[in-house]
Amino acid sequence: MTLASIFKTPMSWKTGSLLLGLVFFAAVLLVKPIGVSTQFVIFDGVLWDAIEPNVVVPSDEAKSGFTSTNSYLAKSGGKYAKSVANPLNYSFVFVVAMMLGAFVSAIIRGGVPKDERAIPEIWRSNFGDSSWKRYIATFAAGFIVLYGARLAGGCTSGHMMSGMMQTALSGYIFTAGVFLAGIPTALYLFREGDMK
Amino acid sequence: MTQIVLAIVIGGLFGFTLDRIGATNPNYIIRMLNFSNLHLMKTILGGIGVGSILMFGGLILGLVDPGHLSIKAAYIGVLLGGLLVGIGFAISGYCPGTGLTAFATGRIDALFFVIGGLVGAGAYMATYSWVAMTGILDNIAGGKTSLGQISGTDYPAMLTLLDGEWLGLLLGVAFVGVAWLLPEKIEPQASGYITRKLR
Repeated sequence: MTLASIFKTPMSWKTGSLLLGLVFFAAVLLVKPIGVSTQFVIFDGVLWDAIEPNVVVPSDEAKSGFTSTNSYLAKSGGKYAKSVANPLNYSFVFVVAMMLGAFVSAIIRGGVPKDERAIPEIWRSNFGDSSWKRYIATFAAGFIVLYGARLAGGCTSGHMMSGMMQTALSGYIFTAGVFLAGIPTALYLFREGDMK
Repeated sequence: MTQIVLAIVIGGLFGFTLDRIGATNPNYIIRMLNFSNLHLMKTILGGIGVGSILMFGGLILGLVDPGHLSIKAAYIGVLLGGLLVGIGFAISGYCPGTGLTAFATGRIDALFFVIGGLVGAGAYMATYSWVAMTGILDNIAGGKTSLGQISGTDYPAMLTLLDGEWLGLLLGVAFVGVAWLLPEKIEPQASGYITRKLR
């Protein structure tokens, strides 16, 4: 692994695997496995609590010290309710830092080309130049993905990567679901476009 | 405070890595799923393998605290949720982590994915009680089950005859092996054949 190989994007799969594996390992070694999708719920909770201050309240009965009028935020001893009350916690800061890390990497490689910013090239080859068509599709996809990830209890990071890495049965079940649906959908939708 | 510093360092490195491996680029995600470019698939499989080898190696050597592991529960909703994630993943080329990081790199369509995601997560919060009533959140196969028995944890194991740490190490090597053997690209004729079959 040379220094130059770290600055080529995308980096070779070998360098990428090493770096990705090291990060997932470091997370378990020092704190806990990586996960992202829960923080969508926490952010929703923070917004909701800002509008309706009684959504999350301190509680002596809850294990976490917090509870909520929403049964999902109140579940498992109110651990989500607690994170909503104190967003400056490990998992939430982790996700903010993750975005900063990607931003720095993008700056180093000169950013995303202008014609890619609204519509990725593979979408353009199959569905044309309408930005709003793409935005509506990604909005709907975001809805489906996060609803699904919360139903499953994790996403690509938490279930697929962290889960299979720890030999979790749930990680294998989730990954089977993702590819069983994802591969036919991608084959059906994206038939045009150069092989790159 | 240490926790917050660790969150910044590990989170920052994770986001940086996601962008470096091309995971913030939906073209690579979609090409992985329609088999026209398996580069990212190799990287993900290799990453899982490397992580597994280091983690189980560390457990065997006593360097990793087994209390840091976190095995998630298995239930029917894991499969159903996975299917939903797969559909949205293929349409957009984003998952929760890469959607957020792609937005951070300047992709506007990823912002719409993130907003949709916030609404979707809100919809789950709103429907959670009803979903729980259907029983699809009830544990199957013992719930928080790992494939082998991992010492120092209470997680039930699928295969009690095997030592969980060595099984994990072996599977880690297997993941790296599969990543190694997988071609970068499937021949255009081959993936064209799959596509033609679908038409």
